[in-house]
Amino acid sequence: MAQPIIEARGLARTYRNGGRAIEAVRGVDLTVEAGGIFGFLGPNGAGKTTTINMLCTLVKPTGGSARVAGFDVVAEPHQVRQKIGLVFQDPSLDERLTAWENLAFHAMLYGVPRPVWKKRAADLLDLVALTPRRDDLVRGFSGGMKRRLEIARGLLHRPDLLFLDEPTLGLDPQTRNLIWDYILGLQKEHGLTLFLTTHYMEEAEHCHRIGIMSQGRLIALDTPEALKQGVGHDTVTIGVDDPDAAAERISRTYGVAVRRDGDQLAFPVRDGAAFLPRLIAENGLAIRRVAVRRPTLEDVFLSLTGSAIREDSPDHFATIKASTRRGGRR
Amino acid sequence: MRHALRRDLMGIYTIWLRDVRRFVRDRPRIIGSLVQPTLFLLVLGTGLGHGTFRAMAAGEGPDYMAFIFPGIVAMTILFTSAFSAISIIWDREVGFLKEVLVAPVSRWSVAVGKVLGGASVAVMQGCVMMLLAPVAGVGLSAPVVLTMLPIMFLVAFAMTAMGIAAAARMASMQGFTVIMNFVVLPIFFLSGAMFPLEGLPPWMTVLVHVDPLTYGVDALRGVVLGVADRPLAADCSALAGFGMMMLALAVWSFGARD
Repeated sequence: MAQPIIEARGLARTYRNGGRAIEAVRGVDLTVEAGGIFGFLGPNGAGKTTTINMLCTLVKPTGGSARVAGFDVVAEPHQVRQKIGLVFQDPSLDERLTAWENLAFHAMLYGVPRPVWKKRAADLLDLVALTPRRDDLVRGFSGGMKRRLEIARGLLHRPDLLFLDEPTLGLDPQTRNLIWDYILGLQKEHGLTLFLTTHYMEEAEHCHRIGIMSQGRLIALDTPEALKQGVGHDTVTIGVDDPDAAAERISRTYGVAVRRDGDQLAFPVRDGAAFLPRLIAENGLAIRRVAVRRPTLEDVFLSLTGSAIREDSPDHFATIKASTRRGGRR
Repeated sequence: MRHALRRDLMGIYTIWLRDVRRFVRDRPRIIGSLVQPTLFLLVLGTGLGHGTFRAMAAGEGPDYMAFIFPGIVAMTILFTSAFSAISIIWDREVGFLKEVLVAPVSRWSVAVGKVLGGASVAVMQGCVMMLLAPVAGVGLSAPVVLTMLPIMFLVAFAMTAMGIAAAARMASMQGFTVIMNFVVLPIFFLSGAMFPLEGLPPWMTVLVHVDPLTYGVDALRGVVLGVADRPLAADCSALAGFGMMMLALAVWSFGARD
């Protein structure tokens, strides 16, 4: 098997804040194979950004070690930096330079020879559909255009590994889809490894493997499928006329915890598809609507960390309604 | 090792080029930052020249406006250098500094590139100020201008290095505004840009000699007007020495950031 692109052992970082020590990352063991898309999830403050900053040599670990693209992040930072690209959560473009000049600046810093980067930059601008704006100042770009330009810039020196920290945060759904098209296309075309963080669980579904951070530790590392199977139950949601009585009866009959939200009840069952006919046959419940949901990464997240990744997560029916109405989430 | 050095030199050049290109493009900034020195030269120069310094002008020495002209050039350089140092804080605030810090170039080359870039911009700004020489009644010949340029660069280098050293660890613009008021203005006032440094009280004489800009103003005045307190070589050595010290400090405080 090829050498892993990321190999971290006991990676830790403690910040001193006055007299207090804050353990942002508490010993992370992480291996990411080359190729594919790796999703790095976790609630805010879980230590994702600190971990990424250590992997990309912006922050020195206070414990453990990590090798990225075959080089040690502490002893060989320049070699690591040459092999990685970064797209930050907040834009890091020079708004007073044009799109082209931003690319030129990057290429020069990374020592890419002029004829080489000129060709590549032109191709990449094409790819992210910014060729018509190449000589415009970045200041006038929309959020989505800036992000696309940053993705192009991150690829200009042909990194083996591209970090994308919340690549679609704050963008409208249309732009998010567009950016994902680029990301997936790139991954296929260039065969590079993508390492990304996201708050959008449906985006995490694109990942080949997922690591979940919580309170400074890596608490799960597997494929999305395996993680979802690990949850072990489906979620059945029903709408009934008398929710109180129905909730009581269901919880008594099947011994499950029922969550009530208006006239909707949600509860976990092992095999939702097989359970539904029973539910309908065995009870005299006046069921108005019914839905069975396979576990999502949201559920994985909930069962592992005990909290939703986004506090504003909508209830299930709202999700279903929204997706039938708009053909997308939210 | 050779490869690493080449890479870092390229890094210095890239960062320098960005600053210079941004400056050349930013016409409002070029004009805006000339307003203050021009006011000093024309308004203070005319006003004070008529009253307080009349006596001096009556003697052998140069006219007051001509006297302060080299000081005003130095002031332009000082303010532009300070502004360049601010830009590094701005870069951090808007996130651009990250792009530079994750690039495969050494921290020291980033610091040196910033210092050289800021210094070049300050020299260019100073050159624009030289256009006012006829207004101040100063005749500038080609050899004089050619001698001024390296001195102006030394001043710009020393001042920018000082600014970058201060700004490297600063996270907010507010902190830097404080520095501006408590460091940049005193540096200007004590440099002898606006008044001759003879016969000052001892406490002020000490401060005047600590002020690095004093040596820059003296050198420029010596070249432009032929009157100086020290030999040119002494002024230049002081400037170069201070500049190198500040550059070392800038590199150090930049590299020490984690």
